Amino acid sequence: MEWTPIWLSLKLAGITTLILLALGIPVAYWLSRKSTLLKVIIEALITMPLVLPPSVLGFYLLLAFSPNSTVGKWLLHYFNLSLVFSFQGLVIASVIYSLPFMISPIKSALSHLPASLAQASYTMGKSRWTTFYAVLLPNIKSSLYTATVLTFAHTLGEFGVVLMIGGKLEGITKVASIAIYDAVENNQYDEANQYSLVLFAITFCIVVTVFILNRNANRGPLE
Amino acid sequence: MIRVTIKKNIKTYKGNTLLQVDATFPAGSVTKVYGPSGAGKTTFLKVIAGLTQPEEGIIECSGRIWLDTAKHICLTAQQRMTGFVFQDYALFPNMTVYEHLQYASSDKQLIERLLKMGQMDSFKQHKPKQLSGGQQQRLAILRALATKPKLLLMDEAFSALDDELRETLIVALKTLLKEFGTTTIIVSHHASETAGFADRELIITL
Repeated sequence: MEWTPIWLSLKLAGITTLILLALGIPVAYWLSRKSTLLKVIIEALITMPLVLPPSVLGFYLLLAFSPNSTVGKWLLHYFNLSLVFSFQGLVIASVIYSLPFMISPIKSALSHLPASLAQASYTMGKSRWTTFYAVLLPNIKSSLYTATVLTFAHTLGEFGVVLMIGGKLEGITKVASIAIYDAVENNQYDEANQYSLVLFAITFCIVVTVFILNRNANRGPLE
Repeated sequence: MIRVTIKKNIKTYKGNTLLQVDATFPAGSVTKVYGPSGAGKTTFLKVIAGLTQPEEGIIECSGRIWLDTAKHICLTAQQRMTGFVFQDYALFPNMTVYEHLQYASSDKQLIERLLKMGQMDSFKQHKPKQLSGGQQQRLAILRALATKPKLLLMDEAFSALDDELRETLIVALKTLLKEFGTTTIIVSHHASETAGFADRELIITL
Protein backbone atom coordinates (compact mmCIF):
# COMPACT_ATOMS: atom_id res chain seq x y z
CA MET A 1 0.00 0.00 0.00
CA GLU A 2 1.24 3.46 -0.98
CA TRP A 3 1.12 5.98 1.88
CA THR A 4 1.09 9.06 -0.39
CA PRO A 5 -2.73 9.10 -0.83
CA ILE A 6 -3.20 8.92 2.96
CA TRP A 7 -0.69 11.74 3.46
CA LEU A 8 -2.37 13.80 0.73
CA SER A 9 -5.78 13.28 2.35
CA LEU A 10 -4.46 14.36 5.76
CA LYS A 11 -2.73 17.39 4.19
CA LEU A 12 -5.88 18.39 2.32
CA ALA A 13 -8.07 17.94 5.41
CA GLY A 14 -5.61 19.85 7.62
CA ILE A 15 -5.23 22.83 5.27
CA THR A 16 -8.99 22.97 4.60
CA THR A 17 -9.77 22.88 8.33
CA LEU A 18 -7.29 25.67 9.11
CA ILE A 19 -8.64 27.88 6.32
CA LEU A 20 -12.21 27.23 7.41
CA LEU A 21 -11.42 27.97 11.06
CA ALA A 22 -10.02 31.36 10.07
CA LEU A 23 -12.90 32.04 7.69
CA GLY A 24 -15.77 30.25 9.44
CA ILE A 25 -15.56 31.82 12.91
CA PRO A 26 -16.03 35.45 11.77
CA VAL A 27 -18.70 34.45 9.24
CA ALA A 28 -20.57 32.41 11.88
CA TYR A 29 -20.37 35.37 14.30
CA TRP A 30 -21.71 37.73 11.65
CA LEU A 31 -24.54 35.33 10.79
CA SER A 32 -25.45 34.82 14.45
CA ARG A 33 -26.12 38.51 14.93
CA LYS A 34 -29.40 40.19 13.95
CA SER A 35 -31.01 38.30 11.05
CA THR A 36 -31.55 40.06 7.72
CA LEU A 37 -32.76 38.81 4.34
CA LEU A 38 -29.22 39.04 2.97
CA LYS A 39 -27.92 36.85 5.81
CA VAL A 40 -30.69 34.30 5.20
CA ILE A 41 -29.67 34.08 1.53
CA ILE A 42 -25.96 33.78 2.36
CA GLU A 43 -26.67 31.11 4.98
CA ALA A 44 -28.76 29.18 2.44
CA LEU A 45 -25.86 29.34 -0.04
CA ILE A 46 -23.42 28.13 2.62
CA THR A 47 -25.76 25.23 3.43
CA MET A 48 -26.15 24.17 -0.24
CA PRO A 49 -23.18 21.71 -0.21
CA LEU A 50 -25.05 19.72 2.46
CA VAL A 51 -27.94 18.97 0.12
CA LEU A 52 -26.41 19.21 -3.35
CA PRO A 53 -24.92 16.07 -4.93
CA PRO A 54 -21.10 16.51 -4.77
CA SER A 55 -20.96 15.96 -8.53
CA VAL A 56 -23.11 19.06 -9.12
CA LEU A 57 -20.79 21.24 -7.04
CA GLY A 58 -17.75 19.55 -8.61
CA PHE A 59 -19.12 20.16 -12.11
CA TYR A 60 -19.67 23.88 -11.54
CA LEU A 61 -16.27 24.28 -9.87
CA LEU A 62 -14.70 22.44 -12.80
CA LEU A 63 -16.34 24.93 -15.19
CA ALA A 64 -15.29 27.86 -13.04
CA PHE A 65 -11.68 26.70 -12.68
CA SER A 66 -11.31 25.73 -16.34
CA PRO A 67 -8.65 27.78 -18.23
CA ASN A 68 -11.43 28.70 -20.71
CA SER A 69 -13.60 30.38 -18.04
CA THR A 70 -13.22 34.04 -16.99
CA VAL A 71 -11.96 33.08 -13.51
CA GLY A 72 -9.62 30.42 -14.94
CA LYS A 73 -8.21 32.82 -17.55
CA TRP A 74 -7.69 35.52 -14.92
CA LEU A 75 -5.90 33.14 -12.54
CA LEU A 76 -3.71 31.81 -15.33
CA HIS A 77 -2.89 35.25 -16.68
CA TYR A 78 -2.12 37.05 -13.41
CA PHE A 79 -0.90 34.23 -11.15
CA ASN A 80 0.10 31.55 -13.65
CA LEU A 81 -2.24 29.28 -11.69
CA SER A 82 -4.39 26.48 -13.06
CA LEU A 83 -6.74 25.10 -10.45
CA VAL A 84 -8.07 22.14 -12.40
CA PHE A 85 -6.23 18.90 -11.60
CA SER A 86 -4.10 20.64 -8.97
CA PHE A 87 -3.81 20.39 -5.20
CA GLN A 88 -4.65 24.10 -4.82
CA GLY A 89 -7.87 23.47 -6.73
CA LEU A 90 -8.70 20.62 -4.37
CA VAL A 91 -8.17 22.90 -1.36
CA ILE A 92 -10.49 25.59 -2.73
CA ALA A 93 -13.14 23.03 -3.65
CA SER A 94 -12.85 21.41 -0.21
CA VAL A 95 -13.21 24.76 1.53
CA ILE A 96 -16.41 25.45 -0.39
CA TYR A 97 -17.72 21.91 0.05
CA SER A 98 -17.04 21.81 3.82
CA LEU A 99 -18.26 25.36 4.62
CA PRO A 100 -21.51 24.24 6.33
CA PHE A 101 -19.71 21.72 8.52
CA MET A 102 -17.62 24.49 10.07
CA ILE A 103 -20.06 27.39 10.05
CA SER A 104 -23.37 25.81 11.10
CA PRO A 105 -22.29 24.38 14.51
CA ILE A 106 -20.44 27.59 15.44
CA LYS A 107 -23.29 29.83 14.33
CA SER A 108 -25.81 27.71 16.20
CA ALA A 109 -23.71 27.76 19.40
CA LEU A 110 -23.24 31.55 19.24
CA SER A 111 -26.98 32.06 18.64
CA HIS A 112 -27.80 30.02 21.75
CA LEU A 113 -25.59 32.03 24.10
CA PRO A 114 -27.69 34.44 26.21
CA ALA A 115 -27.49 38.00 24.82
CA SER A 116 -26.81 39.21 28.35
CA LEU A 117 -23.29 37.67 28.30
CA ALA A 118 -22.09 40.05 25.60
CA GLN A 119 -24.15 42.91 27.05
CA ALA A 120 -22.53 42.48 30.47
CA SER A 121 -19.13 42.70 28.84
CA TYR A 122 -20.08 45.83 26.86
CA THR A 123 -21.25 47.61 30.03
CA MET A 124 -17.77 46.99 31.44
CA GLY A 125 -16.37 48.99 28.53
CA LYS A 126 -15.10 45.97 26.59
CA SER A 127 -15.05 46.15 22.80
CA ARG A 128 -16.88 43.71 20.53
CA TRP A 129 -13.56 42.01 19.71
CA THR A 130 -12.54 41.58 23.37
CA THR A 131 -16.02 40.33 24.21
CA PHE A 132 -15.91 37.85 21.35
CA TYR A 133 -12.41 36.63 22.19
CA ALA A 134 -12.68 36.54 26.00
CA VAL A 135 -16.34 35.73 26.60
CA LEU A 136 -18.16 34.29 23.59
CA LEU A 137 -15.51 32.08 22.02
CA PRO A 138 -14.45 30.23 25.21
CA ASN A 139 -18.10 29.45 25.92
CA ILE A 140 -18.66 27.69 22.61
CA LYS A 141 -15.49 25.59 22.93
CA SER A 142 -17.27 22.25 22.53
CA SER A 143 -19.00 23.42 19.35
CA LEU A 144 -15.65 24.64 18.01
CA TYR A 145 -14.15 21.18 18.59
CA THR A 146 -17.15 19.55 16.94
CA ALA A 147 -17.04 21.87 13.93
CA THR A 148 -13.29 21.34 13.51
CA VAL A 149 -13.59 17.57 13.63
CA LEU A 150 -16.62 17.45 11.36
CA THR A 151 -14.78 19.58 8.79
CA PHE A 152 -11.61 17.51 9.01
CA ALA A 153 -13.42 14.17 8.84
CA HIS A 154 -15.70 15.33 6.05
CA THR A 155 -12.76 16.54 3.95
CA LEU A 156 -10.92 13.31 4.63
CA GLY A 157 -13.83 11.32 3.19
CA GLU A 158 -14.51 13.64 0.23
CA PHE A 159 -14.90 11.83 -3.06
CA GLY A 160 -17.22 13.32 -5.68
CA VAL A 161 -15.90 16.88 -5.70
CA VAL A 162 -12.29 15.69 -5.48
CA LEU A 163 -12.73 13.35 -8.43
CA MET A 164 -14.35 16.06 -10.58
CA ILE A 165 -11.78 18.76 -9.81
CA GLY A 166 -8.61 16.78 -9.24
CA GLY A 167 -8.98 13.49 -11.06
CA LYS A 168 -6.45 10.94 -9.83
CA LEU A 169 -2.98 12.30 -10.47
CA GLU A 170 -0.45 10.25 -8.48
CA GLY A 171 1.09 12.28 -5.64
CA ILE A 172 -0.87 15.42 -6.55
CA THR A 173 -4.60 14.81 -6.39
CA LYS A 174 -4.97 11.09 -5.74
CA VAL A 175 -6.21 11.21 -2.14
CA ALA A 176 -7.14 8.13 -0.08
CA SER A 177 -10.82 8.04 -1.08
CA ILE A 178 -9.83 8.10 -4.76
CA ALA A 179 -7.15 5.45 -4.12
CA ILE A 180 -9.85 3.17 -2.65
CA TYR A 181 -12.08 3.67 -5.69
CA ASP A 182 -9.13 3.09 -8.01
CA ALA A 183 -8.11 -0.10 -6.21
CA VAL A 184 -11.66 -1.49 -6.37
CA GLU A 185 -11.88 -0.66 -10.07
CA ASN A 186 -8.68 -2.65 -10.61
CA ASN A 187 -9.94 -5.56 -8.47
CA GLN A 188 -7.26 -4.87 -5.82
CA TYR A 189 -9.56 -5.46 -2.87
CA ASP A 190 -6.73 -5.98 -0.36
CA GLU A 191 -5.30 -2.55 -1.11
CA ALA A 192 -8.76 -0.95 -0.95
CA ASN A 193 -9.29 -2.64 2.39
CA GLN A 194 -5.98 -1.33 3.77
CA TYR A 195 -6.75 2.27 2.73
CA SER A 196 -10.27 1.96 4.15
CA LEU A 197 -9.02 0.61 7.47
CA VAL A 198 -6.47 3.40 7.84
CA LEU A 199 -9.13 6.06 7.06
CA PHE A 200 -11.56 4.40 9.46
CA ALA A 201 -8.95 4.29 12.26
CA ILE A 202 -7.90 7.93 11.81
CA THR A 203 -11.46 9.23 11.74
CA PHE A 204 -12.53 7.07 14.69
CA CYS A 205 -9.60 8.30 16.82
CA ILE A 206 -10.39 11.95 16.06
CA VAL A 207 -14.10 11.57 16.80
CA VAL A 208 -13.40 9.73 20.09
CA THR A 209 -10.93 12.46 21.13
CA VAL A 210 -13.56 15.14 20.61
CA PHE A 211 -16.18 13.13 22.50
CA ILE A 212 -13.72 12.84 25.40
CA LEU A 213 -12.96 16.58 25.31
CA ASN A 214 -16.66 17.42 25.20
CA ARG A 215 -17.89 14.89 27.73
CA ASN A 216 -18.14 17.42 30.57
CA ALA A 217 -19.88 20.08 28.49
CA ASN A 218 -22.43 17.60 27.19
CA ARG A 219 -23.38 16.10 30.55
CA GLY A 220 -27.14 15.58 30.66
CA PRO A 221 -29.48 16.74 33.44
CA LEU A 222 -29.94 13.20 34.79
CA GLU A 223 -26.23 12.57 35.35
CA MET B 1 -27.55 63.91 38.42
CA ILE B 2 -29.13 61.74 35.77
CA ARG B 3 -32.01 62.98 33.68
CA VAL B 4 -34.01 60.51 31.62
CA THR B 5 -36.84 61.34 29.22
CA ILE B 6 -37.66 58.47 26.91
CA LYS B 7 -40.39 56.95 24.78
CA LYS B 8 -40.03 53.40 23.52
CA ASN B 9 -42.45 50.94 21.97
CA ILE B 10 -42.11 47.54 23.57
CA LYS B 11 -43.58 44.21 22.63
CA THR B 12 -45.08 42.18 25.45
CA TYR B 13 -47.17 39.03 25.61
CA LYS B 14 -50.21 41.34 25.92
CA GLY B 15 -49.31 43.20 22.71
CA ASN B 16 -47.47 46.42 22.04
CA THR B 17 -47.15 49.00 24.78
CA LEU B 18 -45.45 52.35 25.18
CA LEU B 19 -42.72 52.80 27.76
CA GLN B 20 -42.70 56.46 28.69
CA VAL B 21 -40.49 57.77 31.47
CA ASP B 22 -39.56 61.28 32.49
CA ALA B 23 -37.46 61.20 35.64
CA THR B 24 -34.49 62.75 37.37
CA PHE B 25 -32.16 60.82 39.65
CA PRO B 26 -30.08 62.96 42.05
CA ALA B 27 -26.40 62.07 42.28
CA GLY B 28 -25.72 59.39 44.86
CA SER B 29 -29.39 58.47 45.25
CA VAL B 30 -30.81 54.95 45.24
CA THR B 31 -34.09 54.73 43.37
CA LYS B 32 -36.35 51.72 43.39
CA VAL B 33 -38.30 51.20 40.15
CA TYR B 34 -41.42 49.13 40.30
CA GLY B 35 -44.48 48.45 38.23
CA PRO B 36 -46.55 45.60 36.78
CA SER B 37 -44.99 42.77 34.76
CA GLY B 38 -44.45 43.78 31.15
CA ALA B 39 -44.39 47.51 31.94
CA GLY B 40 -40.84 47.74 30.63
CA LYS B 41 -38.74 48.01 33.80
CA THR B 42 -35.87 45.91 32.42
CA THR B 43 -36.10 47.69 29.06
CA PHE B 44 -35.87 51.00 30.93
CA LEU B 45 -32.57 49.92 32.50
CA LYS B 46 -31.26 48.65 29.15
CA VAL B 47 -32.14 51.95 27.46
CA ILE B 48 -30.13 53.84 30.08
CA ALA B 49 -27.18 51.43 29.73
CA GLY B 50 -27.18 51.83 25.93
CA LEU B 51 -28.10 48.21 25.25
CA THR B 52 -31.26 49.14 23.40
CA GLN B 53 -32.46 52.37 21.82
CA PRO B 54 -35.71 54.26 22.37
CA GLU B 55 -37.66 55.87 19.53
CA GLU B 56 -37.38 59.24 21.25
CA GLY B 57 -35.48 60.51 24.20
CA ILE B 58 -32.75 62.33 26.04
CA ILE B 59 -30.46 60.85 28.65
CA GLU B 60 -28.03 63.11 30.45
CA CYS B 61 -25.56 61.91 33.05
CA SER B 62 -23.54 64.38 35.13
CA GLY B 63 -23.87 67.04 32.44
CA ARG B 64 -22.84 64.71 29.61
CA ILE B 65 -25.38 63.80 26.93
CA TRP B 66 -25.56 60.02 26.53
CA LEU B 67 -28.54 60.06 24.22
CA ASP B 68 -30.38 62.67 22.25
CA THR B 69 -32.45 61.14 19.47
CA ALA B 70 -33.27 64.56 17.99
CA LYS B 71 -29.56 65.34 17.59
CA HIS B 72 -28.66 61.75 16.64
CA ILE B 73 -26.39 61.40 19.65
CA CYS B 74 -26.16 57.91 21.09
CA LEU B 75 -23.20 56.80 23.17
CA THR B 76 -22.45 53.07 23.11
CA ALA B 77 -22.77 50.86 26.17
CA GLN B 78 -18.95 50.82 26.30
CA GLN B 79 -18.83 54.63 26.45
CA ARG B 80 -21.54 54.85 29.14
CA MET B 81 -19.91 52.14 31.30
CA THR B 82 -22.80 51.67 33.69
CA GLY B 83 -22.58 48.92 36.25
CA PHE B 84 -25.32 46.46 35.32
CA VAL B 85 -26.62 43.60 37.42
CA PHE B 86 -28.65 41.43 35.07
CA GLN B 87 -31.73 39.52 36.18
CA ASP B 88 -30.16 36.28 34.87
CA TYR B 89 -26.80 37.37 36.39
CA ALA B 90 -25.06 37.07 32.95
CA LEU B 91 -22.05 35.37 34.52
CA PHE B 92 -19.38 34.03 32.18
CA PRO B 93 -19.30 30.21 32.46
CA ASN B 94 -15.62 30.09 31.42
CA MET B 95 -14.38 32.40 34.20
CA THR B 96 -13.79 31.87 37.90
CA VAL B 97 -15.09 34.29 40.51
CA TYR B 98 -11.72 36.05 40.61
CA GLU B 99 -11.43 36.16 36.81
CA HIS B 100 -14.86 37.82 36.61
CA LEU B 101 -13.65 40.68 38.77
CA GLN B 102 -10.27 40.77 37.04
CA TYR B 103 -12.06 41.10 33.70
CA ALA B 104 -13.87 44.19 35.00
CA SER B 105 -11.00 45.79 36.92
CA SER B 106 -7.23 45.61 37.23
CA ASP B 107 -7.31 47.08 40.76
CA LYS B 108 -6.28 44.09 42.92
CA GLN B 109 -7.03 45.86 46.18
CA LEU B 110 -10.54 46.68 45.06
CA ILE B 111 -11.06 43.08 43.92
CA GLU B 112 -10.01 41.74 47.33
CA ARG B 113 -12.24 44.28 49.04
CA LEU B 114 -15.23 43.32 46.90
CA LEU B 115 -14.66 39.62 47.49
CA LYS B 116 -14.63 40.22 51.23
CA MET B 117 -17.70 42.43 51.07
CA GLY B 118 -19.67 39.80 49.18
CA GLN B 119 -18.32 37.01 51.44
CA MET B 120 -16.93 35.36 48.34
CA ASP B 121 -13.23 35.14 49.27
CA SER B 122 -13.35 31.38 49.76
CA PHE B 123 -14.93 30.85 46.33
CA LYS B 124 -12.30 32.76 44.30
CA GLN B 125 -11.43 29.80 42.12
CA HIS B 126 -14.99 28.57 41.65
CA LYS B 127 -16.77 28.84 38.33
CA PRO B 128 -20.43 29.99 38.22
CA LYS B 129 -21.85 26.47 37.91
CA GLN B 130 -20.12 25.56 41.19
CA LEU B 131 -21.89 28.41 43.04
CA SER B 132 -25.35 28.55 44.59
CA GLY B 133 -27.98 30.97 43.24
CA GLY B 134 -27.27 33.45 46.01
CA GLN B 135 -23.51 33.31 45.44
CA GLN B 136 -24.01 33.83 41.71
CA GLN B 137 -26.15 36.87 42.39
CA ARG B 138 -23.56 38.31 44.75
CA LEU B 139 -20.87 37.79 42.13
CA ALA B 140 -23.01 39.64 39.56
CA ILE B 141 -23.32 42.58 41.99
CA LEU B 142 -19.58 42.59 42.78
CA ARG B 143 -18.65 42.45 39.10
CA ALA B 144 -20.91 45.44 38.35
CA LEU B 145 -19.20 47.38 41.14
CA ALA B 146 -15.67 46.49 40.05
CA THR B 147 -15.67 49.21 37.38
CA LYS B 148 -16.54 51.85 40.02
CA PRO B 149 -19.52 52.94 37.92
CA LYS B 150 -21.06 56.37 38.20
CA LEU B 151 -24.41 54.72 37.56
CA LEU B 152 -25.40 51.29 38.84
CA LEU B 153 -28.39 49.57 37.29
CA MET B 154 -29.74 46.55 39.17
CA ASP B 155 -32.43 44.24 37.84
CA GLU B 156 -33.97 42.18 40.65
CA ALA B 157 -30.50 42.07 42.18
CA PHE B 158 -31.42 40.79 45.65
CA SER B 159 -34.06 38.20 44.70
CA ALA B 160 -31.91 35.13 45.48
CA LEU B 161 -30.45 36.37 48.77
CA ASP B 162 -31.75 35.40 52.20
CA ASP B 163 -32.81 38.21 54.57
CA GLU B 164 -29.71 38.12 56.75
CA LEU B 165 -27.25 38.13 53.87
CA ARG B 166 -29.18 40.82 52.01
CA GLU B 167 -29.18 43.12 55.04
CA THR B 168 -25.44 42.66 55.58
CA LEU B 169 -24.75 43.21 51.88
CA ILE B 170 -26.93 46.33 51.75
CA VAL B 171 -24.98 47.97 54.59
CA ALA B 172 -21.62 47.29 52.87
CA LEU B 173 -23.03 48.24 49.47
CA LYS B 174 -24.30 51.61 50.69
CA THR B 175 -20.86 52.47 52.08
CA LEU B 176 -19.19 51.55 48.81
CA LEU B 177 -21.73 53.40 46.64
CA LYS B 178 -21.26 56.51 48.76
CA GLU B 179 -17.47 56.25 48.39
CA PHE B 180 -17.72 55.81 44.60
CA GLY B 181 -20.37 58.54 44.32
CA THR B 182 -22.57 56.07 42.46
CA THR B 183 -26.18 56.74 41.60
CA THR B 184 -28.27 53.55 41.72
CA ILE B 185 -31.47 52.49 40.02
CA ILE B 186 -32.87 49.16 41.16
CA VAL B 187 -35.81 47.29 39.66
CA SER B 188 -37.68 45.18 42.17
CA HIS B 189 -41.02 43.41 42.50
CA HIS B 190 -41.00 43.17 46.28
CA ALA B 191 -41.07 46.13 48.67
CA SER B 192 -39.20 44.19 51.36
CA GLU B 193 -36.33 43.35 48.98
CA THR B 194 -35.03 46.92 48.82
CA ALA B 195 -35.95 47.96 52.36
CA GLY B 196 -33.12 49.97 53.85
CA PHE B 197 -31.47 50.35 50.44
CA ALA B 198 -33.61 52.59 48.23
CA ASP B 199 -34.41 56.14 49.30
CA ARG B 200 -36.62 57.07 46.34
CA GLU B 201 -39.26 55.39 44.19
CA LEU B 202 -40.26 55.49 40.55
CA ILE B 203 -43.39 53.78 39.30
CA ILE B 204 -43.61 52.59 35.69
CA THR B 205 -47.15 51.86 34.55
CA LEU B 206 -48.56 50.16 31.47
